[in-house]
Parts: sequence; structure tokens; C-alpha cells
Amino acid sequence: MEFKTFLFYMFAAIMLFGALRVITARNPVHAALYLVLAFFNAAGIWMLLQAEFLAILLVMVYVGAVMVLFLFVVMMLDIDLVRLRSGFWSYLPLGGMIGLLMVVEMSLVLGGKYFGAEALPGQTMPDGYSNTKELGRLLYTEYVYPFELASVILLVGVIAAVMLTLRQRKDTKYQKPSKQIATRREDSVRLVSMPAEKDEPATADHPAAGKGDQ
Amino acid sequence: MMEAQILQFLQSSLGSSWSVVAPVWPAIWALLKIVSVLLPVVAAVAYLPYFERKVIAYMHLRIGPNRVGPAGLLQPIADALKLVFKEVVTPSQASKALYFTGPILALAPALVAWAVVPFDDGMVIANIDAGVLFLLAVSSLGIYGVIISGWASNSKYAFLGAMRAGAQMISYEIAMGMALIAVLMVSNSLNLGDIVTAQDKGRFVGYGLDFLSWNWLPLLPMFLVYFIAGVAETNRAPFDVVEGESEIVAGHMVEYSGMAFALFFLAEYANMILISALTAIFFLGGWLSPVGFLPDSIGWLFLKIAVLLFMFLWFRASFPRYRYDQIMRLGWKFFIPICIAWILVVGVWMMSPLNIWH
Repeated sequence: MEFKTFLFYMFAAIMLFGALRVITARNPVHAALYLVLAFFNAAGIWMLLQAEFLAILLVMVYVGAVMVLFLFVVMMLDIDLVRLRSGFWSYLPLGGMIGLLMVVEMSLVLGGKYFGAEALPGQTMPDGYSNTKELGRLLYTEYVYPFELASVILLVGVIAAVMLTLRQRKDTKYQKPSKQIATRREDSVRLVSMPAEKDEPATADHPAAGKGDQ
Repeated sequence: MMEAQILQFLQSSLGSSWSVVAPVWPAIWALLKIVSVLLPVVAAVAYLPYFERKVIAYMHLRIGPNRVGPAGLLQPIADALKLVFKEVVTPSQASKALYFTGPILALAPALVAWAVVPFDDGMVIANIDAGVLFLLAVSSLGIYGVIISGWASNSKYAFLGAMRAGAQMISYEIAMGMALIAVLMVSNSLNLGDIVTAQDKGRFVGYGLDFLSWNWLPLLPMFLVYFIAGVAETNRAPFDVVEGESEIVAGHMVEYSGMAFALFFLAEYANMILISALTAIFFLGGWLSPVGFLPDSIGWLFLKIAVLLFMFLWFRASFPRYRYDQIMRLGWKFFIPICIAWILVVGVWMMSPLNIWH
């Protein structure tokens, strides 16, 4: 057995285990972490397919950023397991149907092997072929307008999300750091010239200075 | 070249038994390379706290550790022994498996990243073309150690600390990544070795003033952003709100003791060394010599790393801790806009006749 085959089965097995635990884990935080595991192994499989750019991007974007934010939210939730499981039977038909649909679709793709996918030309890359470079070349030459359009749509999405959730309260008091930094000595300190104080001889109705102010 | 020599030596000395070793030789060789990189790193991680204590002590007009061994040089070993033999306490109702995964996940990425760090021309464990991407991907994993340990500790302080750390690390990761974009633009490669060699040309190299042609000068704002964001990314002073003693005790590691705590400690110092090494490679010319008449050598890289590490310690001794909202403001409202603006400037610069990167 080639080492690559062994790696494939290892990644695939761990990924399947992780994916299975995502839907069976009782604690949502554990489920999210198993999803991270599944992503990681998917990246490994992509790496075996010589898509190293996409593999590293998967780790960077999904594992490094998206799932971290997801974990933030899930960790903050106050989760009531009993309430979560209450709707299980009523959702089962819909969920089952979606699951069945996905199984059919996937089997169509995998079944392609028997419907002529093997007739496609094999993957033979010339020496020095860089996946990253090719992807960059296509993205920034042939598909530059769709690419820019997608980024603008994403930007609009970000702004929309911020605007929808931004509720400015009128009664909160913000500090203005620029104003804080811009303070000068003259704003807060006033130098007053005073004549030097002299000790007075203590009398009956005027006790000596420094004694009576406790 | 070294592998060929060792291979020859092995083949001649082992004779007929070489055929047994031959099939597993690549694995043995890879392992040897990994050990020869990680052992010095771990040793440096062990002695960095000692130097930190010494340096800060001298800055405070104290002496620092001087009891264990000559000039206190055995202090790290004494500390390690103490931590190893301490009991590791698990909080009640902590999520046990995750509780112990946390420290491991904190340390592992800091060590994995060394795989793509070149020490000299060709002296690197994995010479891959997507080196910078690999670095960004691996360093973004470090945050899991913090978040998981904070959540699994089942403690409010730890959780709040983890939240703070998570938000801070994600924010500054963006600034760091963007600072690197300008470096990638001028060096035209994602390979760390190529990034270093790309700094070895330009007008000043002809004058023998190599250090003026390194990336730090034309990309000065990026250099500052990268290094300061690196300090924030490692949760070091003055950005150490994560473990601000006066606010949330020790943050995500408050419940940890013994070796589990030591792992977090090691992770912090390993990250410091990594950030220093990367700054030296991206902006200070890696192993290149600063002047023309001295040869390039791995020693220059170590010197640059040492100077940058000293800056870390210097910062800690000099600056008071940032307030949390100011940290966020600095990251999002200053560093990221500076990066975007400078990327634009560099792009225009490269397209103009004044382009200095050919």
C-alpha cells in the first residue's frame, strides 16, 4: 500500500468520525470542536489532491476564523438540552428528507465512476506546476470582474450585518480617546502664586495649623 | 548537500545492513531535521524567561535571579523541576478531555510553524511555496488553546480571559496578515527563503549598505505594524490584558497548575521567539549580512532574533498596560487602515517608474 493511500484512509476515517460526532455530541461546544476536526482532516484530503492552496485556505478561514467566532457564540449560549431535544420528532420528517436528498446527490457524484467519469483525462501536472500561481492567474485575469463583484457583495453583506445589529443607545457615555490624548497641561493644572505660609502662635480659638483637620 | 555526505558516510560504514535502513531513511532524516530545529528552540524557550527576569531586573536597578547556579543560570531548570512535580488540579465539573487539550493546542502551533522558517539559504525543514500561507494558517490555530482552556476550566475568570484573548488575537491577526501582503507584493513569492533573497538586491547592496535595501525601510509602516501586532498577538505587555492580574487574575490559565500551566508559559515564549524570527525574516533580511564586506551567515539571523526579543522585554519594562478598548481601537482603527493605505502606496509605487523592486 502506498503511503498516500494510508494517509487518505486516515484522514477520511478521522473526518467521518468527527462529522459523526458533530451530530451526536451532546454538548454543542464539543460538536463545534468536532466540526473543527472534520475541517482539518478535509484540508488534509485536499492537500493529498494537490490543492494545497485551498487546503491551507480552508484551515485559515474556516478553522482559524469562522469556527472561532462560532465557538464564541456557542460558548456564550445558555443551553438547555431538554428543550433542545423536545422538537426532535416533529422535525424528523423534514430533516430526514433533506438528508435523503443529500445522500442521493452524493451517490450520483460518487456513482460517476460508473457513468464515465473515468473516461476523463487524468491529472498529470508538469514539473514546477504551482496550484497557487494558476489559481491567482485565473482569478486576476479571466475572472477578475466576477471576483471583484463577489468581494463587493461580501462588503455589502458586512455593512448590512453591522447596520442591522447596531443599536446606538443615547444614554451611554463614551470616552473619546482622541480628546483624552489631546489634553494639555493647561486644561487641568492651574498654577497659583501664593505667598509662603508662616506659623502663627497658637491661640485659644485658633489651634495650630495641621492639628485640627483630622 | 549535507544529506548526501551523511548518506555516503552511512552507506560506507553500515555496509550490507544499509539496505535495511534505506527504505525508512527519509523518515529518519526528517526526524533528525525536526529535532535539530526544535531542541534549540525549546532550550531558548527555557532560557528566555531567565533573560527576561534578568533584563527587567537590571532595568529596575535590581539583580534578578542569582541564587541557583552561577549567576542564577540554573534557575530555569529549577523552575521546570518545580512545575513538573507540582500536582495538576482539575476544577470540579471541568470538561476533562478539553481541559488537558487546551495547553497542548496552545503550544503545538508555535512549534509547528518552525517547519517553514529558513535559517540559511536552503536550511529549512520544509521548503514549500505556500510558506507564508502555512504560517498564517498555523498561527491562527493558537487561539484554540486559549479558548478551549478558558471554556473547559468552568470558571468565570478563565472564560472572560479567554474571550478577551480570542477577540484580541483575531483582531491583530488581520493586521499581521495585511502587513504581510505588502511584503509578498514586493518579494513576489510566498516562499520564506525567496522573501529573504529578494531583499538581497537593490541600489544600496551595490554600495555595500545591504541593510538599507531590506524590507524594513521601504515598508517601514508595515514593519512597525507587524511587530507591534506581533506583540499583541502573543499577549505580551503592554497588550497583556488577557492575564491582567489586577482585573481578571491570570485569564484563561487561572485554573491550571503544574505542568499544564507551564505549557501555556512555554507557548507564550515560543510564540515570542517565532514572531521575532518571522519579523527578522520578513523585514530585516533574515540571514543576510547588514554590510557588504561581511559574509551572510546564520549568526546574523540569531542576532536579529535576539535584538527583537530584547525589544519584547524592553516593552514590558517600559510601558503600562493598555486599556482594553484602546487595544481594540489601535488594532481596528489604526493598524488595518494603515495597512490598506500602504498596500495601495506600494502597488502604485511598483507600477510607477520609481519601482525599486525589479
